[in-house]
Amino acid sequence: MALLMGLVLAVFVVGLSLIIRVYVVVKAGSKCRPGTEGSVAVLAVAGSGGHTTEILRLMECLSAAYTPRHYVLADTDKMSEDKIHNFEGSKQHSDSQFIIHRIPRSREVQQSWSSSVISTLKALWYSVPLVFRLRPDVVLCNGPGTCVPLCAAGLLLGILGMKKVLIVYVESICRVHNLSMTGKILYTISDYFFVQWSSLKDKYPKSIFLGRIV
Amino acid sequence: MGTVFVTVGSTSFDDLIESVTSVESVQTLKACGYERLVLQVGRGSLLPSADICPHISLEAFRFKNSIAEDIKRADLVISHAGAGSCLEALGAGKPLLVVVNDKLMDNHQLELARQLNMDSHLLYCTCRTLTETLRTMDLSVLQPFLPGQPKLFANFLDKALGV
Repeated sequence: MALLMGLVLAVFVVGLSLIIRVYVVVKAGSKCRPGTEGSVAVLAVAGSGGHTTEILRLMECLSAAYTPRHYVLADTDKMSEDKIHNFEGSKQHSDSQFIIHRIPRSREVQQSWSSSVISTLKALWYSVPLVFRLRPDVVLCNGPGTCVPLCAAGLLLGILGMKKVLIVYVESICRVHNLSMTGKILYTISDYFFVQWSSLKDKYPKSIFLGRIV
Repeated sequence: MGTVFVTVGSTSFDDLIESVTSVESVQTLKACGYERLVLQVGRGSLLPSADICPHISLEAFRFKNSIAEDIKRADLVISHAGAGSCLEALGAGKPLLVVVNDKLMDNHQLELARQLNMDSHLLYCTCRTLTETLRTMDLSVLQPFLPGQPKLFANFLDKALGV
């Protein structure tokens, strides 16, 4: 009995301290200013089709200080790689570096919930070593399912005290009244969460609304 | 020569293709001054041939790498409610009529089309009301859709990150 009580207590303490730790890491976001120490390494998550177009529109406006730029694609995505090569090739400051990485897709459109969980775990298996190796200052994403394991890996770096990775999320312009599934998951752990319609800003007070940005 | 470009995106929307090539629709389009009809039919089971509408010049294809050129040449775009197609047509500054597939309930893509309709950026109807809408529509009420400003995002991030 005492053993059981001890076990329950231990689980409770570990769970509680983990929650506190996550809270502290997420709270530290506003004080984290990697730009003051030189260039900012960005990991941009490219999804499929429209998501990639939107993320490249955002990347286009970031200055040369944001380097190197790592793009992560789902391995079933063939079109995004061409789009990224075209985009980076057309940049003026072509001396700056960009690298493309691939991980398994965590969720296909209309995939069922239960199989999504398994494929997300598989994507996490690949995301953690990738993010731990790259140690980006910022993870920038806008909604494809692949965002979740990559942001989780970024958060883990912070939890372990190895590096604070800023999670910047931009909800797709398609979302007017309701967040996407990815948006709902990442709302709590992101450091800067952008929405593009004022109705979402009203519903999600932590979000940032600058009008349409893509 | 007025051109109408109809696009269903990456899916299929046979009801739209059927409605827009119906005798009443084609006559209405002619009466409005449109003489050319270009259809992008996607995975649909209908791929109308040029001779089914004797009163209008008709072209149909399933997919192209880019429909930007077709949009550019059009005077009116009729589209499914998909966000990609809507934004592409509006970004090109074309009058846009969105036809909602009422067989697809609870489609989140409708959210954007509905909002853009409320903001007077596009017109909105269903297959059943298509002919009526074509007959009575007033394209002059449409407001231009200004491009988004990623620069605002970049400025915000620069400030927040101390760049």
